[in-house]
Amino acid sequence: MREITFSQATLEAMDEEMTRDETVFVMGEDIARQGGIFGQFKGLPAKFGSDRVKDTPITETAIVGACVGAALAGMRPIADMHFADFVGVCMDEIFNQMAKIHYMFGGQKTVPMVLRAPDGLINQAAAQHSQSLESWFMHVPGLKVVIPSNPADAKGLLKSAIRDDNPVIYFEHKSLFSRKGPVPEEEYFTPIGKAKVVTEGSDVTLVSYSLCFNHALEAAQMLGKEGISVECVDLRTISPIDKDTILESVAKTSRLVIAHEAVKQGGVGAEISAIVAEEGIDYLDAPIVRVGAPFTPVPFAKPLEMAYRVTPQKIADAIRKMF
Amino acid sequence: MCAKPVTKKTPSSIKKYDKELLNHFYDVMSKIRFFEQNIQEKFLAGVIPGFVHVYIGEEATGTGIMSNLTKKDYIQTTHRGHGHTIAKGADPKRMMAEIFGKKAGFCKGKGGSMHIADFSVGMLGANGIVGGGYTLATGSALANKMMGKKEIAVVFFGDGASNRGTFHEAANMAAAWKLPVLFVCENNQWASTTPYRTTTSVEDIADRAQGYGMPGVIVDGNDVFAVYEAAKGLIENIRKGEGPALLECKTYRIGGHFVGDPEMYRTKEEVQKVFTENDPITRFETRVLAEKVMSQAELDEIKSNARKIIEEAVDFAMQAPEPDPAELYQDLYV
Repeated sequence: MREITFSQATLEAMDEEMTRDETVFVMGEDIARQGGIFGQFKGLPAKFGSDRVKDTPITETAIVGACVGAALAGMRPIADMHFADFVGVCMDEIFNQMAKIHYMFGGQKTVPMVLRAPDGLINQAAAQHSQSLESWFMHVPGLKVVIPSNPADAKGLLKSAIRDDNPVIYFEHKSLFSRKGPVPEEEYFTPIGKAKVVTEGSDVTLVSYSLCFNHALEAAQMLGKEGISVECVDLRTISPIDKDTILESVAKTSRLVIAHEAVKQGGVGAEISAIVAEEGIDYLDAPIVRVGAPFTPVPFAKPLEMAYRVTPQKIADAIRKMF
Repeated sequence: MCAKPVTKKTPSSIKKYDKELLNHFYDVMSKIRFFEQNIQEKFLAGVIPGFVHVYIGEEATGTGIMSNLTKKDYIQTTHRGHGHTIAKGADPKRMMAEIFGKKAGFCKGKGGSMHIADFSVGMLGANGIVGGGYTLATGSALANKMMGKKEIAVVFFGDGASNRGTFHEAANMAAAWKLPVLFVCENNQWASTTPYRTTTSVEDIADRAQGYGMPGVIVDGNDVFAVYEAAKGLIENIRKGEGPALLECKTYRIGGHFVGDPEMYRTKEEVQKVFTENDPITRFETRVLAEKVMSQAELDEIKSNARKIIEEAVDFAMQAPEPDPAELYQDLYV
């Protein structure tokens, strides 16, 4: 299969969906003239025009709010957040407007929009340009939250998100944009709400997602050589969460580790731990282990950032301690 | 750069208005008044749950503006949105049912007073967040422009909400992109319980239009004719593609911030003085009779019909069934 970058994969998804449906458009800061800071919009303005690939004022509040309003008026907008860290600026538009309108108004109108949010650690970008905030949004009913780990799912999930009639937040890790991976040439969709067992194993279930899922695979490889068989589950969707796949895997392996780049406290791992404690405690032969970032803002200096970062080694170490 | 805002005067004569429009003004204002009086009464009797905010004394603004719109134009309204919703043409029965928390309501009892919407008449939602509607209206206007439609979006807000940052962000975007949005400030003098002038940098909210390069107009919000004319001119220009405008309607909130508000921040005398001297409905009656464009009998007939429609809406809402608890999860996702 051909290999393309994560960034190219998202571009293809945008291109295909904008070609198919003229109500799909995208707006955000620095996306048209510059092509997006990670090249993820390169070439789209030339093909679709500056009306459908819009450079906006620096105004996250109006970007998201206007996308909600446009969705109510019959469009299928995509908002680009530039950096996921900026979601705080437009939080009301996300959780009080975008997420609630369909339910609060008794299902009169859907809000078919996608919020693209580049997140995660890259280039020592420090406290306000590096965060992983996905767990905030699994606490909000009405939102769907997806978070691909590789180019194929990046394309498949973005296409699914654009076609979904619910508002979808699409987190894309900044360090993944330049990574290559196999992506089918024919059209396909990655289903929202379905996790994927990527490597089967028998000793421990390792649930992760986004860039960190790649660290999980590396950790599993190391441990495999040491005789520990790790089943790696790529969550892909944070909300609605695929309980069944997680519980089935834990039923098989009897051990559960969740790893994510976000801070451990109140993270996605906490929710998964609670689900398994409530619904699958009898499967477990060992306490659940969570691997996440320490409870600090993302620090700047290299040694500090390295101390903060979840790595394949840290995941492997945590798993070794379970045996 | 646009000039300082202009104050639009009332038309010197109202003889030019056709009967249908005059009847419409009086019918809508009367329905709003009866609707809100019934809401007050039922809320204080403990029959209506939640929070309700009534529009008494401000009927002329919503009525004058909405009389320039079609059902295909969009509006975004506020927590004080019953009047706008009636003026936009929503069925008072389903509105009342929603406010009573009944399944027959516009939102199946999931919204309540602060979250009414009726998409079938272009009423895209009340908003419990003060200043929450600006960016949404801007986006709906953007969609209309992109789709080549001539319809516009109108967002209502108060003097208090004019201090939200969302106003700035939406006004800038709408003006930068020449979007068909009318920003309507209903300056009712009170930001919740605070006199707006103690927390607002300008006397006239319309002054702020200049900063966005859009026209600003001030009008007596308790004069339905003046509001209608001011909105008409601005809306015609917006429909032509000239970009957004800001209309400030000077009015006064007769009720408290919410029904049940003890109103420790003002005197009953102050409120009564405004209501006696400046009630938009009384002013309408006085003027149409003085200029002999409507008769007392015509007014009485419209008023009595409006009262009947609202009383039927109350009966309908009182008798309508509540939602079934099993509906809790409905409409969460599509």
